[in-house]
Amino acid sequence: MQAAVIPKPSPASKILWAAIAIVGAFCLGVVALRRGEPINAIWLVAASIAIFVIGYRFYGKFVEHSVLKLDPTRAPPSVLRNDGLDYVPTDKWVVFGHHFAAIAGAGPLVGPVLAAQMGYLPGTIWILFGVVFAGAVQDFMILGLSLRRDARSLGHMLREELGPVPGIVAMIGVLVLMMIVLAVLALVVVKALTHSPWGTFTVAATIPIAFLMGGYMRWFRPGRILEVSLIGLVLLLASIWAGKFVADSATLAPLFDFDAKALAWWLIAYGSCASVLPVWLLLAPRDYLSTFLKIGTIALLALAIFLAAPTLQLPAVTKFIDGTGPVFAGNLFPFLFITIACGAVSGWHSIIASGTTPKLLANEGQARMVGYGGMLMEAFVAIMALVAAASLHPGVYFAMNSPGAIVGTTVQEAATTISQWGFVVTPDELLQTAKDIGESSILGRAGGAPTLAVGMAQLLHNIIPGEGMVAFWYHYAILFEALFILTTVDAGTRVGRFMIQEIAGLIHKPLQETESWTGNLLATAVCVALWGYFLYQGAVDPLGGINTLWPLFGIANQMLAAIALMLATVVVVKLKRERYVWVPGLPALWLIVCTLTAGYEKLVGPISFTAAANKYSAAMQQGQLLAPAKSAAEMQRIVTNNYVDMVMTGLFMALVVAMVLFCLRALVKAWQTNHPTAHEEPYVALSSVVG
Amino acid sequence: MNATLQSVRKWAVQTARLCCGVPDYDVYVKHLREHHPERKVPSYKEFFRERQEARYKGTGGRCC
Repeated sequence: MQAAVIPKPSPASKILWAAIAIVGAFCLGVVALRRGEPINAIWLVAASIAIFVIGYRFYGKFVEHSVLKLDPTRAPPSVLRNDGLDYVPTDKWVVFGHHFAAIAGAGPLVGPVLAAQMGYLPGTIWILFGVVFAGAVQDFMILGLSLRRDARSLGHMLREELGPVPGIVAMIGVLVLMMIVLAVLALVVVKALTHSPWGTFTVAATIPIAFLMGGYMRWFRPGRILEVSLIGLVLLLASIWAGKFVADSATLAPLFDFDAKALAWWLIAYGSCASVLPVWLLLAPRDYLSTFLKIGTIALLALAIFLAAPTLQLPAVTKFIDGTGPVFAGNLFPFLFITIACGAVSGWHSIIASGTTPKLLANEGQARMVGYGGMLMEAFVAIMALVAAASLHPGVYFAMNSPGAIVGTTVQEAATTISQWGFVVTPDELLQTAKDIGESSILGRAGGAPTLAVGMAQLLHNIIPGEGMVAFWYHYAILFEALFILTTVDAGTRVGRFMIQEIAGLIHKPLQETESWTGNLLATAVCVALWGYFLYQGAVDPLGGINTLWPLFGIANQMLAAIALMLATVVVVKLKRERYVWVPGLPALWLIVCTLTAGYEKLVGPISFTAAANKYSAAMQQGQLLAPAKSAAEMQRIVTNNYVDMVMTGLFMALVVAMVLFCLRALVKAWQTNHPTAHEEPYVALSSVVG
Repeated sequence: MNATLQSVRKWAVQTARLCCGVPDYDVYVKHLREHHPERKVPSYKEFFRERQEARYKGTGGRCC
């Protein structure tokens, strides 16, 4: 039953790790201390890799041996319940690839880009230390707990270890989080496609391409995923190329030219239709494409950064750490830690780490590589996104990400305002950037995706020069993110539907019937209405939507991470390993403090939803109209939206507080008991099951 | 050398398929033959369709 003894390191390995530590410390020193002159991104990348490697080798190993006490001689669920389908002992590299593909999403690409308004240093430090001590610990520990519990889900483990009521509370939290995630991701697409006929055309073209792929795979060559994905990729690239002609054509361009509101309605209509179509027709083929494109694009971004070795043009720290930044409001604490969720610590991963991955791991000894290592990879993606944003001209960065209400809606106004902040930029530079990427304007394109796309396009252009290539790469990057996000919207609406049916089933049993059409359509409508409401709210928001909704998303995601880490804390105590309670306990505490502080500031004070609602209702009483509202009805809608956001923030805070109380109760009880009380499955020796 | 290349290829294909929610067909067939000889072995097409449906049954398999 004892965990394997850690072998004593050889002298050679001691020297190697000392060298890595010195190189890492030196690079980090350059990143953190050099002021006044721009530094090269390679320093940052090298420092990150050194920290990840050291974190994996030492802290990861410590968590594995001392806290989780993983045991390679113990039979994992994949062996005990092998059914050849869901539970299959699988090669560790295959599981790693699968796990990474499931956790890596649009999140780590968006958050760091938004956080770059404070400079690259705060974001970098939070990603590096957040992932080693919080994010990777969460993923790894939840995976470890699930491995010992027949690969049960997070919800199931919460019910088992904490009781039925905390289980339901957490389930509601997950559902609400999912709705916010879908809305905010859909809003990223809206922001990228607003008045962009080229982008809108290529994204629209993915629907017939997916139909074609779906039909091909259904009737012509069943199950040939790779073959059909290659065909799809060629068609996608062709649609990017064709998009230029659409954008240049006087007759076709207006057909694909929409404002934010119209795009929001299109997405809502799309979400309702897509989630009731058979999966093989639209969702599955596009899922395959976006999965491969995602991995390919991440690899391309890494290659571009290593080859182009860009200089970081953004300062290490900007004056916006005081909370006056245009991209999102609020001080460094707590809002930096809310803005960068995925990449540093993401609650969503706890669902995957207790989903398919524990059913595939062939041995407990491989959990660190998959759980801890997979999250480090995701943090590396976040670092690359940060590098892409920080290597942009700061003036261009702020022009793209600041709301029109703050910097103005013309390039002249924007250039003047941004230059006054100390990031000197001329209107011509802004116009030229827009022209390079084949768009009419770059203003007001918050949401991360367009910024990352410009950064990536410029990096790739440095390596592969060519006339018009910046515009091609820009639209490639937009298409990649949009494809990915639309797949998430579609799949997420389906998952949300099941969750709504499960919760509705608690009240009225027949609603739980997932095969019934009434239940299905009803739950789909509720689900689309929930995220659609927030999406539309973002589209009409005075500050452009992202500014308002991203903090709400961050609070929700960190709330889930806090819940997952609290579960891990309770289990550590239940296993009577109290001396290690700080390993999951401190990050849990940090996230609780961050979410509650951020929530409080969003309820009370100058940057709160309350203040925004009061400002608009005060103006209404005096008969004034505040931009962007053009009528009293629109003013009223902005006030209502802010009230809804207040209620949501309050709900999240109440959920966190409730879960803290449940966990404290369980903690005290477990601490007082003098024997282990965790619900682990009994030990079965691997050697007794396999040959 | 050829053997290494083949195993790398097999690994890549298996990973790529698993990322899309389709586990290894050969492993499943082997499992059926060993443990459930009474059951009919599905064709790859049937197997694929069943897995495709199962992937989106609401177990929340992806991140933001």
